[in-house]
Amino acid sequence: MHNIFAGLSQGIIYSLVALSLVIIWQSTHVLNFAQGAMAMIATYIGMTEIDRGVGYWWCVIISVMVGMALGGVTERVLIRPLYGKPEINPIVVMVGFLGFLEALAAAIWTSTTRNIAEPFSQIYFKSNGHLVFLSSFVIFQIVLAIVIMLSVAALFRFTKLGLQLRASALAPEVSRLLGVRVSRMLTIGWILSAGVGAIAAVIIASGNFGLFPTNMDGIFVASFIAAAVGGLESPLGAVAGGLIIGLGEQFILAYWSPDVAPLGGIIILVIALMIRPQGLFTKTTIRRV
Amino acid sequence: MIRVEGLSVNYGAVRALRDVSFDAPSGQITAVLGANGAGKTTLLRTISGLVSPQSGAIFLDDFSLLGVATEKIARRGVGHVPEGRGVIQELTVEQNLRLGALASKVNLAEGLEQQYARFPILGDRRKRYCSTLSGGERQMLAMARALIANPEVLLLDEPSLGLAPQVTSQLMRTIRQLCDSQNLTVILVEQNAKSALRIAHQALVLHLGSVAAIGDAASVAADEDLKRYYLGVVVT
Repeated sequence: MHNIFAGLSQGIIYSLVALSLVIIWQSTHVLNFAQGAMAMIATYIGMTEIDRGVGYWWCVIISVMVGMALGGVTERVLIRPLYGKPEINPIVVMVGFLGFLEALAAAIWTSTTRNIAEPFSQIYFKSNGHLVFLSSFVIFQIVLAIVIMLSVAALFRFTKLGLQLRASALAPEVSRLLGVRVSRMLTIGWILSAGVGAIAAVIIASGNFGLFPTNMDGIFVASFIAAAVGGLESPLGAVAGGLIIGLGEQFILAYWSPDVAPLGGIIILVIALMIRPQGLFTKTTIRRV
Repeated sequence: MIRVEGLSVNYGAVRALRDVSFDAPSGQITAVLGANGAGKTTLLRTISGLVSPQSGAIFLDDFSLLGVATEKIARRGVGHVPEGRGVIQELTVEQNLRLGALASKVNLAEGLEQQYARFPILGDRRKRYCSTLSGGERQMLAMARALIANPEVLLLDEPSLGLAPQVTSQLMRTIRQLCDSQNLTVILVEQNAKSALRIAHQALVLHLGSVAAIGDAASVAADEDLKRYYLGVVVT
């Protein structure tokens, strides 16, 4: 039983990062492989303010703003020159950017893990003397994930901005002919995605996991799998996918061996791709990359 | 109205348009005819700002369109239904129409009602995803999407492509009605020269990027010599 809660609390982290991937996919049809690293940098910049006595929540706001700015600048400087060229280019550039950012973080802040004081209690609740792996902090994360999921869904389904974002990714030239400011939409997509990514990274750094340059690597991989399993177009899918991967890893950890745990995510991905490659929650047809 | 002066467009070493000049007056349909590769689509894409010309000028009334971003040209009232229609498959009929209305100041609800009244089939299918529409339905949607913004100019790139003859006739009648009732400036690129010439006021024949002929539609239709330019074969 406690495995389930442990899986859920880990999974919700993947859900949050997966949501940022849904945003960027829906708005730009580019997958940002440096998402985790960018969010990590934003967290460093925001959270080191805590050393100077700035309050936790202000630091969160700073991190999110820095994350968003970084997202916008990255799109303009690194991605903009690549439009109209092979689709693999942005992926390669972002992987390189990822390495660069991690090296940069290590150079500036060293690789020592920082532990940031958590905003809510991380003490797990007990039920009948057994540990239930739910704490106030985890509950906060779950609520946050739900709020973000609903906001993202509402954005793309009901708002003018959401429609323009989707159209800019699906059919940029046609959208321009309809008067949509496509370049602006693409930048906005990167900004929003980076903002959500930064929120996720701040939470990860505030937990027992800590903040260090490569802390987002494993999480990004699992989140990417979560988004792929749930369907890159579905916020609900991202959350569901995250929880599935989290639970999957937990069960492998409990019943098999800790070394094999990362394999859990990959096994789930392979099964999902075999059964329903377009994702569990999508309506659309398969897209070949 | 649209005025094109001395327009030349190159794609690298290929001269797609050479020194093309013509006026497309308001309230009239200007048919643009020519064989494949004659430069018809390039002409429309250049007017819309998707392609930059090497030289020449393009005016929308008094306003120069050169160097202006495509989305700005669209917002100025130049509607363009591209080759293949450009209906966004992953969205519904209504979402495509909403998108079309975004760039203009029209009231969305009124705009939608107007288009559904004009094209009842779209009204029936409004929540359907566009991947489920037939060719004729997509053509109607593409036109409605351009019209919902109340454009001044309508650029149509081969609207009859892939449509059955009956549907094409109906479509052409609709285009003529719209042009008359809304005083639109219509530039109609067509392979189906016969249908286009029936509704057009004037016609421009392109051959390998140059203007082979320009004149009123009736004269162009009657000119047997010109047929080789847009049929691509010598007619005996």
